[in-house]
Amino acid sequence: MLSIKNLHVSVGDKPILKGINLEIKAGEIHAIMGPNGSGKSTLSHVLSGKSGYTVTEGSVTYQGKDLIEMAPDIRAREGVFLAFQYPVEIPGVSNVYLLKAALNAIRKHHGEPEVDAMDFLTLVKEKVRLLEMDEKFLYRAVNEGFSGGEKKRNEILQMAILEPKLCILDETDSGLDIDALKIVSEGVNSLRSPERSFVMVTHYQRLLDYIKPDFVHVLAHGQIVKSGGPELALELEEKGYSWLEEQVAA
Amino acid sequence: MSAVIASRYPAEYESIAPSLPGQNQPWLQQLRSEALQAFSATGFPSPREEEWRYTNVSGIEKKLFSVPASQVASDVSADLLKAYQLPDAWSVVLVNGRFSAELSALSGLPDGVSVLSLADALVGANVGAKNFSPLLETHLGRAVNNAEHGFVAFNTAWFSDGLFVHVPPKQVLAKPIQLLHIVTQADALAITRNIIIVDESAQASVVETFVGTDNAYLTAAVTEVFVGQNADLTLYKMQSESEKAYHFGGIYIKQERDARFTHHNFAFGGLLARSDIHADLDHASECVLNGLYLGVKRQHIDNHTRINHLKPYGISRETYKGVLDDKARGVFQGRVIVAEDAQKTDSQMNNRNLLLSVDAEVDTKPQLEIYADDVKCGHGVTVGQLDDKSVFYLQSRCIDEETARNMLTFAFANEMVDKISIKSLHDNVLEQVLARFPQQGVDKEWL
Ligand SMILES: Nc1ncnc2c1ncn2[C@@H]1O[C@H](COP(=O)(O)OP(=O)(O)OP(=O)(O)O)[C@@H](O)[C@H]1O
Ligand SMILES: [Mg+2]
Repeated sequence: MLSIKNLHVSVGDKPILKGINLEIKAGEIHAIMGPNGSGKSTLSHVLSGKSGYTVTEGSVTYQGKDLIEMAPDIRAREGVFLAFQYPVEIPGVSNVYLLKAALNAIRKHHGEPEVDAMDFLTLVKEKVRLLEMDEKFLYRAVNEGFSGGEKKRNEILQMAILEPKLCILDETDSGLDIDALKIVSEGVNSLRSPERSFVMVTHYQRLLDYIKPDFVHVLAHGQIVKSGGPELALELEEKGYSWLEEQVAA
Repeated sequence: MSAVIASRYPAEYESIAPSLPGQNQPWLQQLRSEALQAFSATGFPSPREEEWRYTNVSGIEKKLFSVPASQVASDVSADLLKAYQLPDAWSVVLVNGRFSAELSALSGLPDGVSVLSLADALVGANVGAKNFSPLLETHLGRAVNNAEHGFVAFNTAWFSDGLFVHVPPKQVLAKPIQLLHIVTQADALAITRNIIIVDESAQASVVETFVGTDNAYLTAAVTEVFVGQNADLTLYKMQSESEKAYHFGGIYIKQERDARFTHHNFAFGGLLARSDIHADLDHASECVLNGLYLGVKRQHIDNHTRINHLKPYGISRETYKGVLDDKARGVFQGRVIVAEDAQKTDSQMNNRNLLLSVDAEVDTKPQLEIYADDVKCGHGVTVGQLDDKSVFYLQSRCIDEETARNMLTFAFANEMVDKISIKSLHDNVLEQVLARFPQQGVDKEWL
């Protein structure tokens, strides 16, 4: 589904990602961990097409296509979804309005007719229940005045409705209390399918207790310094990152 | 030394004067002749005048617009009427500056409520036993005088018709009143005077709609508004003139004690459009001024507000928002004057602007002049662009960049549209704003 080869990315003159290699197959769940400032959000942003980053070397192929060449909205319509670490507030645009516009953009992209109004509401309300949110959130401006946890939950609500193929969750678990984490995790688990892959950026094993990854990668100083199975996350929890960072430095 | 001619228009006056209403009213003839004199001396305002420094109207002199020989109701297309005439309102329709009884809708007015054309009110014909002369004489020219500037003097001398509204004490109107001002003739002068009198504890909404076919012309409207003690008036202005037109619209409001006045000013049309909104507040009067201006191409849109707190305990709230694209230019001049006597005044003014292109421009000038010492007054101004983070967020949710920008711009503007409480007008304005910032695949009901 996604193939990242020797990816180097700079912001201005500053190199941030320094040769990332990552293969993600359909249906897999990959966790990315690593210290603050190691480049996890940068990788998420580059995958979703945010401007301001320069790919200086390497390639990213998504479903056989060059992802870097695609505009952000086209990537999204092709099934790439980023749940933001810091979701943006959009005053004056209601959640339900954005969701419908997004869903119809995807349909148009695939040559399908616009979603029927009743079907749309049924779908949206079902997902709102899944994430145990209040329906009132639908009619509020996107993320405006939402608490940190509500914003994260709203990101997953959007994901559940848009049904992307590659879901990138950038620290979706940070700022969630334990009940919310459980609900959000169940939401994510309900979306698991052989056709859908997940990249989960997290600092905490806690999330991985609920959503079991197939692979765990450690990103440090812009490189993947170690990859392993779920047991690697447990090891990290115990030992921290310093032993791995030393390896890079050495 | 040869005399400088301030304007070419006075030379034309003699030929059109006999066709203007009020020939049998000496007080009006007197007022008109003073106005003609004042205008002949000054002409239209020049950028040398402080309150006109950003707006140059000299194009009006180059063109020499003229008073249309007659209004032709049949020139008004059904589509235009359908688009702008509010279905649930009493309406006075003016075509090329003159009343069209045929197009107007005035049946079912409550007893004692007067809504008619100003020319009819002046003649006293067709309006039963009523004699409006005393009321007109004590109101016309009393909320603003010829010394204000050239447009007011010009309007007083030249006006050919207008809207007259009188709502008696305690009367609460169930439907809004609309003035639909249509210009269909090229190079026309459409000069109208409106008088709105809302007596003690009465309540009304009035909508002024300015539209025109795709021609150059000049609209110069002066509206004098009198809000009686404890009365409540909401006035809307929908300015959708032709993009070749010059528009001047001055609204001058006298509020009595405890009177509430709310204005919503939507300035979307015109090549060059200027609005003056000046309110005088009495003891504990409340004044709310809202505005939205949208400029594209080479449009020049100037809004000039003045809130005059004359007595204690007055409240004023002003919010103006502007969106300027292409080479459009916006001007906001907001003056709040708090007289020495106006202690405990509470006043807030806010002007926010969104520039969508590097060539778009805005001049914003809030001015607080405070002569009292125990007051609460504030103001804020912003000029900015769309936030890149927000654009990217929407793109990451499948929205193409252009639609994303339109959504965000629309959301910025819609805050003002949302404040309209007349459903049909709200929907009409919403359509116009959406047409400027089109968005795909969405439901208007969720805006
Ligand atoms: N626009 C930018 N300009 C300059 N430096 C940047 C920019 N964006 C990111 N960086 C730098 O790149 C590095 C990686 O940042 P990134 O946000 O990707 O880290 P992260 O792994 O997500 O950290 P965290 O765990 O705190 O979320 C940091 O040193 C950061 O300061
Ligand atoms: Mg991060």
